[in-house]
Amino acid sequence: MSARQSRRASSGAANGAANGAANGAVDPAASGAAHEASSPDLTALYRTMLRIRRFEERCAELYSAERIRGFVHLYIGEEAVATGVLDQVLPDEAVVTTYRDHGHALARGVPMNEVMAEMHGRVEGVCRGRGGSMHLFHAPTRLYGGNAIVGGGLPLAVGLALADRMLGRTRATVCFFGEGAMAEGAFHESMNLAALWRLPVLFVCENNGYAMGTALERSQSETNLALKAAAYGIPAWTCDGMDVEAVRGAAARALALVRDGGGPMFLEARTYRFRAHSMYDSDRYRDRAEIDRWKLRDPLVLLAGRLDDVDLEAIDSEVAREVEEAVAFADAGHDEPVSELTRYVTSEPITSAGAPR
Amino acid sequence: MSRQQTRARVAAEQPVVTYREAVREGIRDAMRRDDRVFLMGEDVGRYGGGFGVSMGLLEEFGEERIRDTPLSEGGFVGAGIGAALGGMRPIVEIMTVNFSLLALDQILNSAATLLHMSGGQFNVPLVIRMATGGGRQLAAQHSRSLEGFYAHIPGLRVLAPATVADARGMLWTALEDPDPVVIFEHGSLYNMSGGLPADSWAVGIDRAMVSRPGEHVTLVTHGGSLRLCLEAAEALAAEGILAEVIDLRSLRPLDDATVFESVARTHRALVVDEAWRTCGLSAEVAARIGEECFYDLDAPVGRVAAVEVPVPYPRHLEQAALPSAERIAAAARRLLSGSEAARA
Ligand SMILES: Cc1ncc(C[n+]2csc(CCOP(=O)(O)OP(=O)(O)O)c2C)c(N)n1
Ligand SMILES: [Mg+2]
Repeated sequence: MSARQSRRASSGAANGAANGAANGAVDPAASGAAHEASSPDLTALYRTMLRIRRFEERCAELYSAERIRGFVHLYIGEEAVATGVLDQVLPDEAVVTTYRDHGHALARGVPMNEVMAEMHGRVEGVCRGRGGSMHLFHAPTRLYGGNAIVGGGLPLAVGLALADRMLGRTRATVCFFGEGAMAEGAFHESMNLAALWRLPVLFVCENNGYAMGTALERSQSETNLALKAAAYGIPAWTCDGMDVEAVRGAAARALALVRDGGGPMFLEARTYRFRAHSMYDSDRYRDRAEIDRWKLRDPLVLLAGRLDDVDLEAIDSEVAREVEEAVAFADAGHDEPVSELTRYVTSEPITSAGAPR
Repeated sequence: MSRQQTRARVAAEQPVVTYREAVREGIRDAMRRDDRVFLMGEDVGRYGGGFGVSMGLLEEFGEERIRDTPLSEGGFVGAGIGAALGGMRPIVEIMTVNFSLLALDQILNSAATLLHMSGGQFNVPLVIRMATGGGRQLAAQHSRSLEGFYAHIPGLRVLAPATVADARGMLWTALEDPDPVVIFEHGSLYNMSGGLPADSWAVGIDRAMVSRPGEHVTLVTHGGSLRLCLEAAEALAAEGILAEVIDLRSLRPLDDATVFESVARTHRALVVDEAWRTCGLSAEVAARIGEECFYDLDAPVGRVAAVEVPVPYPRHLEQAALPSAERIAAAARRLLSGSEAARA
C-alpha cells in the first residue's frame, strides 16, 4: 500500500465510514492460502479456470477465422475472480455481470455448448444467438447478463436484492463490474441505495487496472477503491484476484455476512487482463514488461503449484475435448429464422385460463 | 458557402483520406485556430479514441487539451457545458450514441435549455461528437441509431456528416455556432475514403445537399444510409429509374426546402433512416412532405426504416433488421409501380 493510500485508509476508518476489514487494506485472512471455505476442492477450481482459459483461447482463434464477430472481451488472466466468487454463490442466488462475461457464465454452470453457440450467433445459444459474446443471459442459473453499458448492471443488482428483501427471501445477489465502472454515476447511486436499504448484494469489483486504455490512477481520484464503498458505509475488502483461494475465501466471508442480514458488502479483486481490452487494441497504453510481470502470477500457474498429486494433463485433455465438442455443437447449430426477428420484442400472450391477455 | 460551391470543391478531386482522418483533421485545425478549443472524452488521449479518431493528437496538443476522462458520461458532458458557459469551446466526444443516454439529462435539461430558460442570458457553445448506428454485429446495446432523439430537442443543432468533406468541414462551423451542436458520425463510415479538397475548409451546415440528381423519385436520407441510397440509385438507374438522392446533412434544423423542391420535380419521395420508423426522424420528414407537397405527389410518401426490434447480433438477423440497398431499391420500385405505398 502506498503512503497516500494508507493515509487515506486510516482517515476512512477514523471517520467511522469503514468497519473492520473495510479500510481498504488487503484482508490478511482472505489472502492466505488456508481458510475456511465451504468446498475445498481445489481441483474443481482449477478445472473451472482452465475451462474458461481454453474456451476463450479457442474463441480468439474463431474470431480470427471470422466465425465469431462483434466485440469479444476476453477474461484471460482474470479467471480466478469469477471462479473463486461463484464457487461460493448458491444456485438460487442471482448473478449480474458485464460484457466481459464468458468466465462468469462458465463458472456459474451455464453449459459451454450453449455459450459457444451464442458466440456463433446460433439459435441453440443461451440467448438464441441474439446477444452474442457481451450479452450472456441464462435464467436456469439466474444469470442476469452480460451488460454492455458500463455500470448498467449495478442498479439491476440492487433491484434484484430489493425484490428478495420485499419477498422475504434470504439470499444474496452478486454483481461483477470493472474498476472503470466506479467512475459512473450508476455505481455511486447503487452503493447508496444498497447501503441505505441494507440490501443483500455482494458487489465485486474486478480491478484489472485499466478501463480500455485508461489506467486506474488516471481515472480515479482515490485509487484505494475499497474506500469508495466504505464511504457509503459498506464494509469493503480487497483481495488478491490472481489467487483463486484468496478470492474464494474473501467471497465466502462477505457472502456469509450478506446472507446474515449484514447489508451490502464490497469486494475488490486485484487482477489483470493479459489480452487486449477487446479482441484487438494497440496496447499503446501499457508496457510489455508490466504484462509480463503479471503473467508471472497467472492464476492457473499459481494454483497448479498447489496441486501436487493431481493429474493436470488429464484435466487439460478433458477440457480440450469439452471445448472441441462445444465448437462442434455451435457448428452444427442453426440460424434463427428471419421470421422470428420480431419475436420477444414484447411478451407473448399468456394463454392459460384466467391469465391476462 | 453554398451547396454548389461545396460540390464544386469536392468534384475537384483532391487527396484521398478516410473519414476518420478527415474528422481528425477538422479537430486538429480547430485546435490550432482557437486556443479555447479542447477535446475531452473517454480514451481520446492515450488510447487514441474508441474509433482511432484522435490518434496522435495527444502528442501534438498535450493532456490539457486532449483530455482523457473517466467513464462518466453525465459528468464530463455536464463539465463540457460548464466549460462552454465559462468561455471555452469544448469538443466533447461520447464514444457512441449508446452511452450518450447516460448524458441525455445534461444534454436536454442543461445544454439545450439554458439559453431559453435564462431569458437569453446564457448560451452554451458546445460541440458534442459521437459515433452512431449499427451494422457491425455489436448487438443491441451497441447498435442504436438515436439521432432522431436529439433532433427532437429544440435548442440543439444536430448534424450528420455522411461524406469525407463534411466530416472535415462541419466541425469548425459547428464550433462557431453560439449554441450546442451534436454531430453524429456513423460507425461504418470511419474507414470510408473520399477525396478532400486540398484547400478544404469549413462547410455550411444549414442546407441539405443533392448527392445525386435524378427525375423519378427522391430518396431522402442522412449519415450511414447515404451510401445505401446511392447504391440503390445506381441499381435503379440500370433499370431506367433515375433516383435523386438527398443527403439531409443537418437533422435539426431540417432543410426541408431542398426536399420540397426535389419532390416538386420527381413527384415521389422515399425517406430512408436506419432508426426505427415509429416516431422517428423518417416520420417527421414524411409528415413535412405530406404537409407541403401533397398536390405534387403521385404516390404516398414511402419509408424504409429499421424493423422495430433491438438489433440482434447474428449477421443475417442484423441485416434483416436494418435498411439495405436492396430494400431501398425495392421500395422505390413499388412507389413507381404506383401500386401500394412503399413499406419496407
Ligand atoms: C456507458 C459506457 N461508456 C463507455 C463504454 C465503452 N467501454 C466499454 S468497456 C470500457 C472500459 C470499462 O472498464 P472497466 O469497467 O474497468 O472494465 P474492464 O473492461 O476493465 O473489465 C469502455 C470505456 C461503454 N460500454 N459503456
Ligand atoms: Mg478494468
